[in-house]
Amino acid sequence: MIWQPVLLSIKVALASLIFVFLFGVSFAYAMRKWDFPGKAAIEALFALPLVLPPVVTGFLLLILIGKQGPIGCFLSETFDLRIIFTPYAAVLAGTVVAFPLMYQSTKAAFLAIDSDLEDAARTLGAGEWRVFWTVTVPLAWHGVVSGLVLSFARALGEFGATIMVAGNIPGKTQTIPLAIYFAAESNDLSQAGFYVLVISLLTFSMIWGLNLWSRIKKEPNYQKGALR
Amino acid sequence: MKKRSSFVLIGMFAACLILAGCGGNQPAAPKAAEAPKTVELTISAAVSLKDALAEIQTNYQKKNPQVKLLYNLGASGSLQKQIEQGAPADIFISAAPKQMDELSAKNLINTATRKNLVENKLVLIVPLNSSAKLSKFEDLTNPAVQKISIGEPTVVPAGQYAQEVLRKLGVWDKINDKLVLAKDVRTVLTYVETGNVEAGIVYKTDAASSSKVKIAAIAPEGTHAPIIYPAALLASSKQQEVAKDFLAYLSGPEGKPIFEKYGFVMGK
Repeated sequence: MIWQPVLLSIKVALASLIFVFLFGVSFAYAMRKWDFPGKAAIEALFALPLVLPPVVTGFLLLILIGKQGPIGCFLSETFDLRIIFTPYAAVLAGTVVAFPLMYQSTKAAFLAIDSDLEDAARTLGAGEWRVFWTVTVPLAWHGVVSGLVLSFARALGEFGATIMVAGNIPGKTQTIPLAIYFAAESNDLSQAGFYVLVISLLTFSMIWGLNLWSRIKKEPNYQKGALR
Repeated sequence: MKKRSSFVLIGMFAACLILAGCGGNQPAAPKAAEAPKTVELTISAAVSLKDALAEIQTNYQKKNPQVKLLYNLGASGSLQKQIEQGAPADIFISAAPKQMDELSAKNLINTATRKNLVENKLVLIVPLNSSAKLSKFEDLTNPAVQKISIGEPTVVPAGQYAQEVLRKLGVWDKINDKLVLAKDVRTVLTYVETGNVEAGIVYKTDAASSSKVKIAAIAPEGTHAPIIYPAALLASSKQQEVAKDFLAYLSGPEGKPIFEKYGFVMGK
C-alpha cells in the first residue's frame, strides 16, 4: 500500500493537467486576442492562486464547494454530486494552484508570436480554428510544454489547498505531500523519506527533461519570449 | 535641469534635518537604557489554548509592560519537533503529556518546573442546524452520518483521545471509513462549522469558542486518559526567572478565571 499515495498523486496531477491545459490555453488565447475593460483585474485574479498561501486558497475553495457553499449546493442539488473529501476535490485544488503557471507560460509564448505569420495564413484563406492549430500553437509550443511540465509538478506537490478540501483519508485522498506531512509529524522518518525521494525524483526528472528538450529544440527562429 | 537640481538640494536638506534630528536625540539615549529592559518571552503552546492565552496576554502585558509575550501556536507534535530542532522558546505547553515526556527524556525541559496546567474534556459536536439526532458517541454508526472528522491520531492529541474513546465504546471499526483525519483540531471545527462533515470530535474548549456548532455528547468518564496540558520551562531558556514568573501567573488567581471561562478545568 506504500505506492498508493504515489499512484493517487500521479492520477490527480494528470487529471488536473487536463483542466489546466484547457483553461490555461483558452484564457491565454482570449486575453491575447481581446481587449476589454477590467482585463488587468482579471489577469490579477488569475495570478492570485500563485501568491496566496495554499491554505487560504483551500479555505476559499472549502467555502465555495463545501456542502453549504454556492457551488457545492448547486452540484449536490442538481447532480447529487459531493466532491468535498473526494479525489475530485484534490483535482480541483491541483487545477486551481497550477493554473497560473500554465496561463503565464502560455500567454508569454502567445505574445511572442509574430502576428504577421497568422495574418499571412488568414490571407491564404485559413479559418481562425485552422490558424490557431497550425500556426499559433506550433509557434507557441515551447511555452505550452513548459507550462504543462511546471503545472504537473505544482499539482503533484500541492499540500495546503488539498488537505483542506480533499481532507486526509488514507487510501482515498492521501496524496504524497499529505503522506509526507503525517509521516514526518508522527516521526516515521523512513516512510517520509521514501515519499520525499519519490516526489523529488519525479519532479526533478521532469524539469530536467524539459530543460534538455528545450536545448535540443532550440532553433534559429527560437522565440525570445518563451521560457528558457 | 534647473528644477532637478533644486530637488536634489531639497533632498539633501531633508537628509541633513533627519541626521540632525538623530544627533539631537542622542543625550536622551542613556536615559532609555535605565528603564527596565524589554524581555521577549516565547511560548510554544497547543493551538487549543489560543483564545485563553490571547486574553491572558492582554492582561499580563498591562501589568508587566516590560515583558513581551510571543505565542507560537500549533499542533503539540509539531511544536515538539521544532523544539527538538532547536527552535527558540522559553515555555512549552503541550495538549498531552506524551510530547512533554519525550522532550523530558531528551533533557530539553526544566523538569523541576513541569506542572499540569489545565485539563480539558472531549466532546462530540455537530453543526448548529444539524438535523441528525446524535446524543452519544455510539450514534456515529447511524447511516445519516456520512463523514466524521477527528484529528489524525498519530499527530494530533485530540485525535488520539477520540480514537481511544471510539475504541473503548466499540465503534472505531464500524466508522473507520467515515473518518476525515484533520491535521489539527481547529480544522475539525472548521469542517463541522461549514457543515462539510456531519460530526466531529474536539475539545470542549473548541466547541465553546464557536457559535456555529453545538455539543451533542461529552465523552463518558473513563473512556479516555485524562486530558492534561502539561507546561514547563525549556532547559535552553535564557530567561528562566521571567518565564517562571509567567508560568506561576498562568496557574495563579489571575489565570484561573480566564482558563475556566474558555472551558478548561485547572490542573491538579
